Amino acid sequence: MWSWLSDPNLQWVLMGSLLLGISAGAIGSFALLRGRSLLGDVLAHAALPGICLAFILTQNKGLLPLMIGAAVAGLIATKCIDFITEYSRIKEDTALGIVLTVFFGVGIVLLTAIQHSGAGNQAGLDAFLFGQAAAMIGRDVWVMSIVAAALLVFSALFFKEFKLVCFDRSFAGGVGFPVRVIDTVLMALIVMAVVVGLQAVGVILMAALLITPAVAARYWTDRLGLMVALAGIFGGASGVIGSLTSALGPRLPTGPLIVLAATVLFLLSMFAAPSRGLCAKWRRAARLREKVQRENFLRDIYERYELALPVQQVATEDLLAPGVPLTNSGPGSDERSHVRSKRVPRIARRLERQGLIRIHEHEEMSYCALTLDGLRAAWDIAHKHRLWEIFLMHEAELRSDHVDRDADDIEHFLTPDLVASLEQLLKVHQREPKLLPSVHPLKTGGMDSWTHTR
Amino acid sequence: MSLTTNTESTPEQPSDSRTGGNSHPASPPLSETHRETPAIEVHDFSVAYRKRPVIWGIDFKIPPGHLVGVVGPNGAGKSTLLKGILGLVPPASGWVKIHGQSYKRQRKRVGYVPQRESVDWDFPTNAFDVVLMGRYGHLGLIRRPRAADKEIAWEALRKVGMADYATRQISQLSGGQQQRVFLARALAQNADVYFMDEPFAGVDAATESAILELLADLRSQGKTVVVVHHDLQTVSQYFDWVVLLNMRLIAHGPTEDVFTVDTLQKTYGGRLTILADTAHSVAQRTP
Repeated sequence: MWSWLSDPNLQWVLMGSLLLGISAGAIGSFALLRGRSLLGDVLAHAALPGICLAFILTQNKGLLPLMIGAAVAGLIATKCIDFITEYSRIKEDTALGIVLTVFFGVGIVLLTAIQHSGAGNQAGLDAFLFGQAAAMIGRDVWVMSIVAAALLVFSALFFKEFKLVCFDRSFAGGVGFPVRVIDTVLMALIVMAVVVGLQAVGVILMAALLITPAVAARYWTDRLGLMVALAGIFGGASGVIGSLTSALGPRLPTGPLIVLAATVLFLLSMFAAPSRGLCAKWRRAARLREKVQRENFLRDIYERYELALPVQQVATEDLLAPGVPLTNSGPGSDERSHVRSKRVPRIARRLERQGLIRIHEHEEMSYCALTLDGLRAAWDIAHKHRLWEIFLMHEAELRSDHVDRDADDIEHFLTPDLVASLEQLLKVHQREPKLLPSVHPLKTGGMDSWTHTR
Repeated sequence: MSLTTNTESTPEQPSDSRTGGNSHPASPPLSETHRETPAIEVHDFSVAYRKRPVIWGIDFKIPPGHLVGVVGPNGAGKSTLLKGILGLVPPASGWVKIHGQSYKRQRKRVGYVPQRESVDWDFPTNAFDVVLMGRYGHLGLIRRPRAADKEIAWEALRKVGMADYATRQISQLSGGQQQRVFLARALAQNADVYFMDEPFAGVDAATESAILELLADLRSQGKTVVVVHHDLQTVSQYFDWVVLLNMRLIAHGPTEDVFTVDTLQKTYGGRLTILADTAHSVAQRTP
């Protein structure tokens, strides 16, 4: 059933879209990071009048003359954008919109004129709108592979320069790199990548093949080199998948299918990518929420123990064993509690599994007792929260009942000296935690340690 | 050192005369010692954006080995002065010399810390790679960083206390840590003159003291550091030389001579009333 794959025509098409996808994806990474995403769209649309004029002038439908026409038109379009932004008050996005539509409009007019001119060989020129991979022939693929190879060699050679210019233009200029030249080279590469794909993908959707694989690749890695490689792979895969699907059905346009394939890859990346993906983000948020709840729960219990103590003292097993009631009137129920009551049973079970608390029944009531490990954790949390309270009371002059919510924000915030003076203030305000896990409980050190321990 | 650099500069002179015909009389005679060659010399320097002048006829010389604060109100052209000196914006008039030669020839002796907000911190790269960019200027086009460059980058990261964060993606760093990475990148440039655009803006206490330590260290090595600074309260504490700027040069020189109520009034105009605290403390300091 795979015999159709041996069709030499299809093999050329697959080869062509693979090369196209790889080069567009790789260059697209730089276009994206340089903040030039929309420019690809302008270049592609602006190519249409160039293609039409090249045809009118040469009466030739070969890829090379049409590509040259498209590239020249694209470069003129970018010059127009530069001109408009430099010599008028019009902002860049508006200039992009104007140039894109004007050039595309001119292109459509020319295309219609050509179609009605009765020139014998004009048929197929309109395929440039949505792309027609099936129209690719061996000679086209040779041109494409030369262009793709050139693009990849250039991005490898100037990787360092492109990276620097995309990340920090002013530094690049400051250390003496010819920023304008590098920018122009990058722009020329983008033009080449766009133009080479016009035949297969079409002027309307070509920009998607430039940008979508790059955006998808960004989700998977934090390294530029890897991102460029991945974008190339995603682009190549989209090209192949799109052309194959298009070859399966009758008269399915290639361009949209290639772009759809890239979009599917993008959606997959957006949801499933580790660490930057949405699912990973949701998981992290849930974990953080749970951590905060556990800490609030421990702090609640700790404060209940504390209420019963007249003076500061070191805890013993016996002192902890009776516990505090864990019912509707237990932690999480009244208004000064930090935990919402419906979550109490789940949090309690989890803490018990971790060996931080023990739950026991007594006269039809549940009681929750801290273990010695649990007390150490609870003391630590209470201590940090009170330092934070005191800090905010004194530094930002907030009332203390407003300040206990965001203890996590304190990371990298306070110096050890400041912590030492806060400890003094804790004593002054009699807010030192009363129930000590040992005679000399470990100080929480710099606030930096907070995030690492949790 | 200045002798050799000065003789080298002779063939370059014609290109200097393009921007300032009077560069010959202003350039120091060859017999002068290194000590007397200013680290930075700015002459009749103006920059205009779209024909609207931003800074006008700035003239100053800074001897080597000073920590220099560039101070002035918002829109005074402090960042523009830095960008102009570094050739990032074309001057409308005037010229700049770094250790007696045009900036173009001295690029490798100049380090730069742009404003932290000027870049996209979500860029796919890590702290070490950003610091390694400090070596790019020495490498030139196409050449890749060598092992020696990487060693220098590591050393710079260690100096700002960020070695543990080398492989962190840069968006995972706090604002202060990002600033320290930028400083490390400048250190990796191994320069003699540093320009820093608001390195103290929005950093935590730990980073602030790390930066101060670094500045002191650079000065003790005889390097010159020019810092755009916003906080008047700390100027006299941080810098031993100031350049007061408000589109025109108001005053420049050693902090104790120049940073006075009078010059501040000139720099900030009526707005100094808001900064009465500073005026008060300055007045107390200057008998």
